[in-house]
Amino acid sequence: MDWITTVDHKKIAILYLWAGGLFFGIGGLEAILIRIQLIKPMNTFLDAQTFNELITMHGTTMIFLGVMPVIFALMNAVIPLQIGARDVAFPFLNSLGFWTFLFGGLLLNLSWVMGGAPDAGWTAYTPLSGKGYSATHGVDFYTIGLQIAGLGTLIGGINFLATIITMRAPGMSFMRMPMFAWATFITSAIILFAFPAVTVGLVLLTFDRILDANFFNVAGGGNPVLWQHIFWIFGHPEVYILILPAFGIISEVIPTFSRKRLFGYSSMVFATILIAFLGFMVWAHHMFTTGLGPVANALFSVSTMLIAVPTGIKIFNWLFTMWGGQVRFTTPNLFAAGFIPTFTMGGVTGVMLASAPADFQFHDTYFVVAHFHYVIVGGLVLGLFAGLHYWWPKMFGRMLSETLGKWTFWTFIIGFHLTFFVQHFLGLMGMQRRVFTYLPNQQFDTLNLVSTVGAFLMGVGMIIFLVNVFLTSRRPADAPEDPWEDGRTLEWTIPSPPPEYNFKQTPLVRGLDAFWKEKMAGHKGMTPAEPVGPIHMPSATILPFLMSVGIFIAGLGFMFSRDEFSSSIMSFLFNNYIVTALGLLITFGSMLMRSLFDDHGWHIEPEELEGR
Amino acid sequence: MTTAHAEAADGTFPHEPEKATLEGRNKVLAFWLFLGGEAVLFGTLFATFLALRNQTNEGPSAAELFHLPLVAAATLLLLVSSLTSVFAIQAMHRGNVAQLRNWLLVTVLLGLAFLILEIYEFSVYVRHEEFGMTTSAFSSAFYTLVGFHGAHVAFGILWIAVLIGQLLHKGLTVVTAPKIYVSAMYWHFIDVVWVFIFTVVYLLGKVG
Ligand code: HEM
Ligand SMILES: [Cu+2]
Repeated sequence: MDWITTVDHKKIAILYLWAGGLFFGIGGLEAILIRIQLIKPMNTFLDAQTFNELITMHGTTMIFLGVMPVIFALMNAVIPLQIGARDVAFPFLNSLGFWTFLFGGLLLNLSWVMGGAPDAGWTAYTPLSGKGYSATHGVDFYTIGLQIAGLGTLIGGINFLATIITMRAPGMSFMRMPMFAWATFITSAIILFAFPAVTVGLVLLTFDRILDANFFNVAGGGNPVLWQHIFWIFGHPEVYILILPAFGIISEVIPTFSRKRLFGYSSMVFATILIAFLGFMVWAHHMFTTGLGPVANALFSVSTMLIAVPTGIKIFNWLFTMWGGQVRFTTPNLFAAGFIPTFTMGGVTGVMLASAPADFQFHDTYFVVAHFHYVIVGGLVLGLFAGLHYWWPKMFGRMLSETLGKWTFWTFIIGFHLTFFVQHFLGLMGMQRRVFTYLPNQQFDTLNLVSTVGAFLMGVGMIIFLVNVFLTSRRPADAPEDPWEDGRTLEWTIPSPPPEYNFKQTPLVRGLDAFWKEKMAGHKGMTPAEPVGPIHMPSATILPFLMSVGIFIAGLGFMFSRDEFSSSIMSFLFNNYIVTALGLLITFGSMLMRSLFDDHGWHIEPEELEGR
Repeated sequence: MTTAHAEAADGTFPHEPEKATLEGRNKVLAFWLFLGGEAVLFGTLFATFLALRNQTNEGPSAAELFHLPLVAAATLLLLVSSLTSVFAIQAMHRGNVAQLRNWLLVTVLLGLAFLILEIYEFSVYVRHEEFGMTTSAFSSAFYTLVGFHGAHVAFGILWIAVLIGQLLHKGLTVVTAPKIYVSAMYWHFIDVVWVFIFTVVYLLGKVG
């Protein structure tokens, strides 16, 4: 109950972590099944339909329900602490964002047991995703599930933007903000401007499927390429929503374990902004082969390659930070160090793909699969591992085992390169993406076997990580405030895990790397910016949970509103939109409750603060 | 860390009550951000409409369909309602609760009148012109764009109505003021969107 009603950002972070971890596990299982199917030519382990469902759900789950929530988990756990705030700007919305994400994800995954998962690929290209090619409810689960989950993401993004703009501790100007906070800020801005586009796209597709509208239906005058534009105007920025937080994490971990300040801090900030900006200009590099014409292709090709410049700046700054530093290869730093070359390789194949004529060759082959896994797994997932190992003691008050951590790192990264490095060659040799089997003696056999073995090795790495988490959870919570001893930012100045009010007194920030600066000046902690006084806390509430349940019911109701049921009661309830209305009633009713009964919150008194 | 209520009760009611507390300022800021997202949302809908507006699939075209006087009347109602919502905020800044309530009420009623005209318009298209959601890509795009706006109006009406109730119940405080202010921002926004709809959908549709 405590967990369902909480509005504390630190607990919501943990909720995001468990939920994201769960979906990541499901997505990983799906990946393993795909790889088993592809282990040898003409395999009959899966049939074509199941394979299509698996790749669709794997991609969708990983991106929207696996890694995004883990990113949000870290942001929630860390951002208020890093900027010296007692909470996010809107604790209620924070909880609402989590619950809508979770119920959207549940709805999407219900498709497995309710008559067929989506099968049109995670990009849901029309007409494949239209009713003509995809007649089960699979794609409806996709459109409506993602719609609901996307709502949660949007809410989270707005919340972080407001938090970072208004809740920074005194003295923390924007140019004194830690890089992870910067990354969160820019990422949230991208979310704000990219997600509404996919919201519209999903609505249009839903209308095409459920109300027989004609947006993408050529026979009715519609245009399938329109879907691709809308999808990628969202979809390309989405990959920066994923990778910028990883950049932020790496920029925290490397200075800490090099005992040096981040090289070129301001160029890092501007590179981040530039990447976000360019990220919106390049969507059509996913559409070179749709026939946009040579002019459009050339423009999008060049603008895509431009992104390599700010990205290169970042890579060199990390290297220069390590250069001449007192580098310690703890588990977080191992992951950070492994990130740099791996992500760079993904970037190089990205530039190759950005060349429009070359893309005609690479398009829809395993070369593309290799490229984006180098970026998302070799970049983002390694970054998330770095961040999780780095902040785990702050989140849970317990240090993860270094030995097991190193085992995780080596099995995972070796498995990763085994899996995906060979896929570059598979792609160049012509193995197609999204095809459930291949013929023997095309020289695909051995490389696919290697790839599958690598995937299993990555799975082993994940299991070692879970064992580490399990064993750690049984040890006493005795992590010190600054467990890595070289902490530079504000989160390391308060107990691990932090009390629910975070800071007894808001700290005064006197420079970049606020804590490090005080340490260098010989101080033990931060100078407070205010006297000890009562702290106002928001009260816990069940309403966000109820609102999300309502949306979930309404979504289900709408999805089945055109179905025929064997029982007349069911037909009555669904076909007359009664279920939909009921769901909306729960949601709007909860909103009304929220509006009618003010939440005054409560106070923690100074005596209580001192008592601890 | 005083709570909102303590400040409101001590008699010195601030001139801009919506910005008197951190919560209030956060709310206004976040709402600006939200409107940024809404702008992208409507932008995408407009782009879709522009891409599909000539795809009539042998159904009625814009020039055959639209009846400008009706739409102009609806436009007038909505524009005036924006003005009355400005009056409401001005009354709020003067601390005049009765005027605030009345202007909000007028705003809601004008919005309601707009919505009724729109429903009437749609029903004419559907019943007499055989122009429904499924007719053509143009019709789908039309109903989705204009209907989305209509849904925003409907939500705004409900929202402001609840706020009026809250105002009667709790009075004007630094808690209720930001909500009212933000709802007025919302109302202006959907008004601006309507100006674009009027131009891009109706005028452009009539001209060619
Ligand atoms: C951890 C081990 C992983 C393995 C072994 C793996 C394997 C695969 C395979 C075999 C495919 C199908 C390729 C095809 O036939 O088109 C695929 C597709 C995909 N994967 Fe992964 N993957 C992994 C992790 C991830 C992660 C972490 C993400 C994202 C965060 C991700 C995102 C995707 C996407 C977007 C697709 C495309 C799906 C589609 O074509 O619709 N994968 N993956
Ligand atoms: Cu892209």
